[in-house]
Amino acid sequence: MSLEKFYYDNKIPKLFAIACIFWGVVGMLLGVIAAFQLAFPVVNLSEYFPHLAFGRLRPVHTNAVIFAFVGNGIFTAVYYSLPRLLKTPMWNNTLSKIHFWGWQFIIVCAAVTLLMGFTTGKEYAELEWPIDILITLVWVVFGVNMFGTILTRRERHLYVAIWFYIASWVTVAMLHIVNSMEIPVSFMKSYSMYAGVQDALVQWWYGHNAVAFFLTTPYLGLMYYFLPKAAGRPIYSYRLSIVHFWSLIFLYIWAGPHHLLYTALPDWAQSLGTVFSIMLILPSWGGMLNGLFTLRGAWDKVREDPVLKFFVVAVTAYGMSTFEGPMMSLKNVNAISHYSDWTVAHVHIGALGWNGFLTFGMMYWLIPRLFSTKLYSVKLASTHFWVGTLGIILYAIPMYWSAFRSYFMMKAFTPEGQLQYQFIDVVQTIIPFYVIRAIGGTIFLAGVIIMVYNLIKTAKSGTFLAKEEAEAAPLVKEYRAPANSFWHSIIERKPLLLLTLSLVVVGIGGLVELVPTFLVKENIPTISSVKPYTPLELQGRDIYIREGCYNCHSQMIRPFRYEVKRYGEYSKAGEFVYDHPFQWGSKRTGPDLARIGGKYPDSWHFNHMLDPTSMVPGSIMPPYPSLFEKDIDKGSTNSKIHAMRQLGVPYPEGYEAIANADLDKQAQGIANGLKENKIEIMPNKEIIAIIAYLQRLGKDIKLEGQKK
Amino acid sequence: MKFSTYLEQITGVSLYPIISLLLFVIFFVLVTYWVYSIDKNEIKRIERIPLDDN
Repeated sequence: MSLEKFYYDNKIPKLFAIACIFWGVVGMLLGVIAAFQLAFPVVNLSEYFPHLAFGRLRPVHTNAVIFAFVGNGIFTAVYYSLPRLLKTPMWNNTLSKIHFWGWQFIIVCAAVTLLMGFTTGKEYAELEWPIDILITLVWVVFGVNMFGTILTRRERHLYVAIWFYIASWVTVAMLHIVNSMEIPVSFMKSYSMYAGVQDALVQWWYGHNAVAFFLTTPYLGLMYYFLPKAAGRPIYSYRLSIVHFWSLIFLYIWAGPHHLLYTALPDWAQSLGTVFSIMLILPSWGGMLNGLFTLRGAWDKVREDPVLKFFVVAVTAYGMSTFEGPMMSLKNVNAISHYSDWTVAHVHIGALGWNGFLTFGMMYWLIPRLFSTKLYSVKLASTHFWVGTLGIILYAIPMYWSAFRSYFMMKAFTPEGQLQYQFIDVVQTIIPFYVIRAIGGTIFLAGVIIMVYNLIKTAKSGTFLAKEEAEAAPLVKEYRAPANSFWHSIIERKPLLLLTLSLVVVGIGGLVELVPTFLVKENIPTISSVKPYTPLELQGRDIYIREGCYNCHSQMIRPFRYEVKRYGEYSKAGEFVYDHPFQWGSKRTGPDLARIGGKYPDSWHFNHMLDPTSMVPGSIMPPYPSLFEKDIDKGSTNSKIHAMRQLGVPYPEGYEAIANADLDKQAQGIANGLKENKIEIMPNKEIIAIIAYLQRLGKDIKLEGQKK
Repeated sequence: MKFSTYLEQITGVSLYPIISLLLFVIFFVLVTYWVYSIDKNEIKRIERIPLDDN
């Protein structure tokens, strides 16, 4: 058969690679700043720039690292490897360009809007609805381009890396759409369609699988392509890679509820999450061993080749965090790890070790090839490797230490049965660990900057190869499988079937997990004293979300003696039925706020928001002086109440029209109360709304107690 | 108010874990069977795809 000549495009992979590294530096830099903010609150600068306080900066950091750094890393790998694995150029170059520029535009929009305080308040899904729609569009463009390429391929078999790409694409699409269901209130403001427990379950089904299908499966595809390439030998066991793929995507989707252990989520859903998380060790380790065994008998190469060094540590970090994750989903371990720095350490083993090092390895391999030259300095790359490894160690160890230390302090009781330590005592003892962590992060970033220098020098020493010529025979139209082939080969040949099967496989887990959330909704016992928020409280809640308070404060008290004693009665599912979105949080840098209402007088909150250390000496919370200057956005009350009623919150018909009158009345009451304490403040300032919201938290259920 | 009470309200809920387990075991066995039924030479060819792409 005659061979066809065609060209691989290198421009788009180059652009994605540059974007990946650029956003990587930005995202990591933001992480370092956020880390220093926790160690030294003055770095928040919130008196001058409320946009840069930790609560707003941290989502920019997480989104930048996940969707900008890793996202562009995924696309670099896909746009480089897919054409080569299929022996055809990418299907449509215009779509490639739309994908590239569209994605960068989304990233810029995300960074700007998050810093401005536009957020849905759901972790890793903070972006507001117009950006959600943009993401969907660009994702579809990516999918069409990918499938167009697959359908015009010259290699009949789809190599396993492509399976990972396909499954990632379809699952991320599903997760993004389901979790982003929200009712727009205005341009750049929306409320989640789900409330309370239901919202929490959907969110963590999304959150967990964003880790699974954005940070893991596409990077496994990357590993299955670039590791054999760098090692110059095929993957250890192709059979194992197939088992790895199917069992991983089958199991992963079920594990989300392990983020909600000991919360108000029904027990059975919690147990389901745990069981599937433990089972996940098998495929994950299968994949890790497959990667490491590929290097059997070639370890001498690892000593010399920085690319392989990075890959080995990346795959090892993958093994470590996929062992650690299941352990953390055991309830007794989770009791320690949840809300603590352990989770932070865990994700950074994954992000710095697995995603970071795999990306760096790929770049050291790819950039010299794109510029048809040799790496400028192997020595510098090795230096980067050691600096990066030291950075990870200095990052992780203090976080583990801090987690255990705070656990033991939090649960310590005096012989008289009183809590031995105040929350602030615990905060004070872990600040040194925050300092070391910030240094660890800085060292890791320094390594990346060494890489940037090395890669720029490499690019300058060569000439960019915009196109690469290749030859392959076209696929035979009337293909007949050999007689001895099995039904599997049908799946491998038919990409759309593979796509459908992947969707079915992840869909089963999704359905079994989510359908009961709707059952849960039906079954949530209504607590008659739980009432919708007043307009002022609702406005306060939106300020709470805007400032990203959930990044440091949980609103979910677990049923432990030491939590109940510290924060009050443990949280019940029925308390959150009007919470669109839920604000349970995932980390307690500050204390839980589920029952903060009525604990302190209004004046305490007033002074605390102005200068946290005046009320809590040693506090690391940033001050929020801007709340005392800005007016409550009363113009939005009407549409907010309206949207809430559409979501099923029982505000009376026509309440929109008089809501602001109620708001003014309640605000005046709070301002008058403050006046009695010799505090002068206008009732239309945002601080009044946030005080109203905080004073409401957890109070309803206390009224239930009084009624009885 | 234990949360397991909601679970008990679902009819036939005891079947859920058994179905989940069966589903996974069957799935896993099928995949493993499939994998080992692939022709050796075919595996040898496809595992070299990333290496022969230029």
